[in-house]
Amino acid sequence: MNEVAFLAWVRGIGFQIALGIFIVGMVVRWLEIFLLGKKHDYSAPKGSAVQGAIHTIFSRSIPEKSTWQRSRVQIVTGYVFHVGLLLIILFLTPHITLFREFLGFGWAGLPNSVVDLIAVITMFALLVALVRRLQDPVLRFISTFQDYLVWTVTFLPLLTGYMAYHHLGFSYPTILGLHILSVEILLVLFPFTKLMHAITLFIARGFNGATAGHKGVQA
Amino acid sequence: MSTSLGAILREQYGVSRRDFLKFCSVLASSMAISPTFIPRIAEALEKTPRQSVIWLSFQECTGCTESLTRSNAPTLESLILEQISLDYHHTLQAAAGDAAERARDLAMKANQGKYLLIVDGSVPMGNSGYSTIAGISNVDALREVASGASAIIAVGTCAAFGGLPHANPNPTGAVSVSEIITDKPIINISGCPPIPVVITGVIAHLITFGVLPELDKLGRPLSFYGQNIHDRCYRRPFYEKGLFAEDFDDAGAKKGWCLYKLGCKGPVTYNACATLKWNDGVSFPIEAGHGCIGCSEPNFWDAGGFYRPLAVPTEGVAQLTQMAFAAGGALGIAAGVLNAKKRDHAIAERETVSIDDLKRKG
Ligand code: SF4
Ligand code: SF4
Repeated sequence: MNEVAFLAWVRGIGFQIALGIFIVGMVVRWLEIFLLGKKHDYSAPKGSAVQGAIHTIFSRSIPEKSTWQRSRVQIVTGYVFHVGLLLIILFLTPHITLFREFLGFGWAGLPNSVVDLIAVITMFALLVALVRRLQDPVLRFISTFQDYLVWTVTFLPLLTGYMAYHHLGFSYPTILGLHILSVEILLVLFPFTKLMHAITLFIARGFNGATAGHKGVQA
Repeated sequence: MSTSLGAILREQYGVSRRDFLKFCSVLASSMAISPTFIPRIAEALEKTPRQSVIWLSFQECTGCTESLTRSNAPTLESLILEQISLDYHHTLQAAAGDAAERARDLAMKANQGKYLLIVDGSVPMGNSGYSTIAGISNVDALREVASGASAIIAVGTCAAFGGLPHANPNPTGAVSVSEIITDKPIINISGCPPIPVVITGVIAHLITFGVLPELDKLGRPLSFYGQNIHDRCYRRPFYEKGLFAEDFDDAGAKKGWCLYKLGCKGPVTYNACATLKWNDGVSFPIEAGHGCIGCSEPNFWDAGGFYRPLAVPTEGVAQLTQMAFAAGGALGIAAGVLNAKKRDHAIAERETVSIDDLKRKG
């Protein structure tokens, strides 16, 4: 397969396979969670479950004081790479072009040089997170194969995207194809790994918040 | 009559020495050859006896020949082309029928092992009757003429990579020259059509240095195809700033913004258009307001629509998305029902423990 055919494959059949698996996986996981339902709470409500849910979804994004004091580096790198990833995914012009294809509308992108800088910072934060995971004995002990897998499939799209933008290492069609392929791998693994936290995080917070809200306590 | 190319240019076409040297320096710079070689190029072109060339045209649209011979008459490029000893070219030669084929036989015999074979068009491998010349199938003609050639130049994407005839569903089983001939040096001058000066440059290189120019992994001369269109594009600053034309006649297009969103394939295309340009250096497609379609790359016809941006999938995915949602929904509900059953079952199986049981165990 030559590089143009490879690029055509990842933009064609490869993308269709990945998107198909991603959507099916996401819908199945989501339905599974919601169909499990929540036991009805017969106690008299002492507060609003909905308000509690909404409150917790946001409040948990702010680190607790004691946690903050204990693991500053972890929290900062965590924030940096999550925000960085979001910015890159949502505000690089070629990405917006892709979203427009799905949604029918687009939005203004950031200049490439800005996204480029964000990408470098994000990759750095991810590397710091990995080094910490490897150095901290407790973290290393509780890390599984999946943690490293998920780190890799998150890092690769960034790395290949950066290389594609700077024409590093490979010819442009090859590196662009590899970039798209790396995202396709991410899409395929997403519903079946810890990456799913991007969605379940809100469901879990919502459930906890709703329970607490019903009881009239803070979550 | 003098037989060297330089003499013909001077005597018959009245090309001055100055113009000739200028042409040699253009050739040298376009091939990224040091200017110190200009006298050597000039000398070789002047002294070398006319290079015998046999040109075979297979499944092609004659666009390549048009590009090379009628680009802007009469340029030095076209003079060079005309003044090589083009012993056989069924579009350009005067002779026809048997006489033409005889001319080819004669040239082959006279210059056995020394003539240059230029091919445009792809070769049909499906049915030999798809394309014949004087009753000879393309593949037979290619094999026969290639056997006595010193080198082969595959002109145009059809000859180099299969091109349009090779595009899905490839009804004739079209293949490139290099898929049939494997024992001769082949230079691919791809493009649909290729830039005229590239072929004269390559011929001049062969005559001057007697060796093939340096080629990339697709067999294309690196000096012309080593450059990425996007890297040399004058609209690149707009790309970097995120300024894109969204439509062919919107304000962005009028301001000359980047054509990425209109499907430009410049980022994945290697060719010299952005630097050498077309029509005697007047402009090139992107300068004329249309994105690059990637015509110098293999399979470019099948590499997704010309107007679909590189970042989007080659085909619409709306239907696939709907189907995936439906399948996911069905599977998810099935899984949900199974999970609920499992839960109910587990609840039903629970053993109740009384205080007495605990007391007894303790
Ligand atoms: S490469 Fe393009 S211009 Fe040349 S013969 Fe084929 S279709 Fe015609
Ligand atoms: S017009 Fe095409 S080649 Fe030029 S900068 Fe834009 S994408 Fe690149």
